[in-house]
Amino acid sequence: MLTPAIVRRNTPQRYRMEAAKCAKCGKVFFPPRLICDACKSRTFKPYTLPQEGTVVSHTVIRTAPRGFGDEAPYCMGIVELTDGTRILCQIADCEPERLEIGLKVAIEFRKIQEAGESGVIAYGYKAVPER
Amino acid sequence: MRDVAIIGIGMTDFGELWNDSLRDLFVKAALDAMDDAGVDHIDGLVAGCMSPGLFAGQEHIGSLLADYLGQAPIPGVRVESACASGGMALRTGIAYVASGMHDVVLCGGVEKMTDVSGAQATYALATAADQDAEAFHGATFPGLYALMATAHMHKYGTRREDLAQVAVKNHDNGMLNPHAQYRMKITVDQVINSVKVADPLNILDCSPITDGAAAVIICPLEMAKKLKKKPIVKITGSAHATDTIALHQRADMTWLKSTADAAAQAYKQAGVKPSQIDFAEVHDCFTIAEICVLEALGVVKKGQGGKATREGLTARDGKFPVNPSGGLKSKGHPVGATGIAQIHEIVTQLRGDAGKRQLKGVKRGLAQNMGGSGGSAVVHILEVL
Repeated sequence: MLTPAIVRRNTPQRYRMEAAKCAKCGKVFFPPRLICDACKSRTFKPYTLPQEGTVVSHTVIRTAPRGFGDEAPYCMGIVELTDGTRILCQIADCEPERLEIGLKVAIEFRKIQEAGESGVIAYGYKAVPER
Repeated sequence: MRDVAIIGIGMTDFGELWNDSLRDLFVKAALDAMDDAGVDHIDGLVAGCMSPGLFAGQEHIGSLLADYLGQAPIPGVRVESACASGGMALRTGIAYVASGMHDVVLCGGVEKMTDVSGAQATYALATAADQDAEAFHGATFPGLYALMATAHMHKYGTRREDLAQVAVKNHDNGMLNPHAQYRMKITVDQVINSVKVADPLNILDCSPITDGAAAVIICPLEMAKKLKKKPIVKITGSAHATDTIALHQRADMTWLKSTADAAAQAYKQAGVKPSQIDFAEVHDCFTIAEICVLEALGVVKKGQGGKATREGLTARDGKFPVNPSGGLKSKGHPVGATGIAQIHEIVTQLRGDAGKRQLKGVKRGLAQNMGGSGGSAVVHILEVL
């Protein structure tokens, strides 16, 4: 589901990768949470995720969900950023044959969905192989 | 807490049942279970259903189903834990009976999935994933399990053929199940060469979209002993565990922690070790899932699920048969019904009523039902007295 309210609310994460770091134990949460699942602290510091990482698993989506039909096939992966935080995102500008565990990627700001049900265009982050 | 027994089971055929509505499917399975138990009245109803709203445009089904079953004004409620909704319905019903709140309770599961298009069904299923962190980026359920498969193959050397063997084995079993949706034999080559969905998973690695319902009747064990109609099946373990629903936020994406946590509790309740379980019905929504579940249940060591499948451990004539019903892959996967259909198969096997797919000398079975990519899991252990 994609509505203007959701897009606006998620802008800090999607546009700027703003995470939260537990003030007590240092665990990073992305998206931010209100209570740390490790130490139960409720105090967090703003934290921006690093923009480089490594692919730790990957797939090629051939049957796409609503809103992504025109893009299939597209690559997706779980990326471990240089601070150890893992994110899920598309891997853009990448031929499926190039996908491998250990592939170095950089995070870039990209268009995610052409237009949601309400017509909003959703932007966010994708990984691209390091050139 | 009172001990609880299963005294009746029922289910519809699984398939594309265009003439049956959600309510009709549920009522057919429920009446089948009530007839099997020999009861004409129930004290409460719990229905597992993942998304009647998105699949059938209908909420408030606890009351609807109690009414159409001719049982209003009994309490009726729907429970939801994505694809583990059926297992949750049984566990919720057990709490009613064990606590003394109700005596005879119907625990059912239903999903009516073919009233909507394939794209709408895919959307409805994807709501079990984390909308902000997964679905937003274009992840699908096959895609999430594909990420698990890629990681498992890389970490443990699991082969593409091992994944395919799960589907081949479950179709071999499902061929003998008259309720199964896809009763045909398939080969490893056919699986590997079938249409790609999310690499490395192909269409024959995926459970289908299915209509169907299943139901069981439970009551206090002491009451079941007085009925003495059929072999009594006692519920010796019932456990539920949750985990973060976003796959990438877990410490190990190849380890189904919620299943491991629920299984550990269920084994403790039943006072048994994994080696004392005779057979299992598990949540093979995708072929890789069955391999990971074997490991999380402690049937094999971490990383050995693919190898064990290749060597025949889980075949019908193997040491630890898994999914004698055909599993989600061959029998079909009407999401909310699946957890109860697993119980249906275990009771059928324990009673010795499984016909051509009957396992020899089984006394104790385990059911593992899982939500999403493992964000929830329900494990039950059943024993015939």
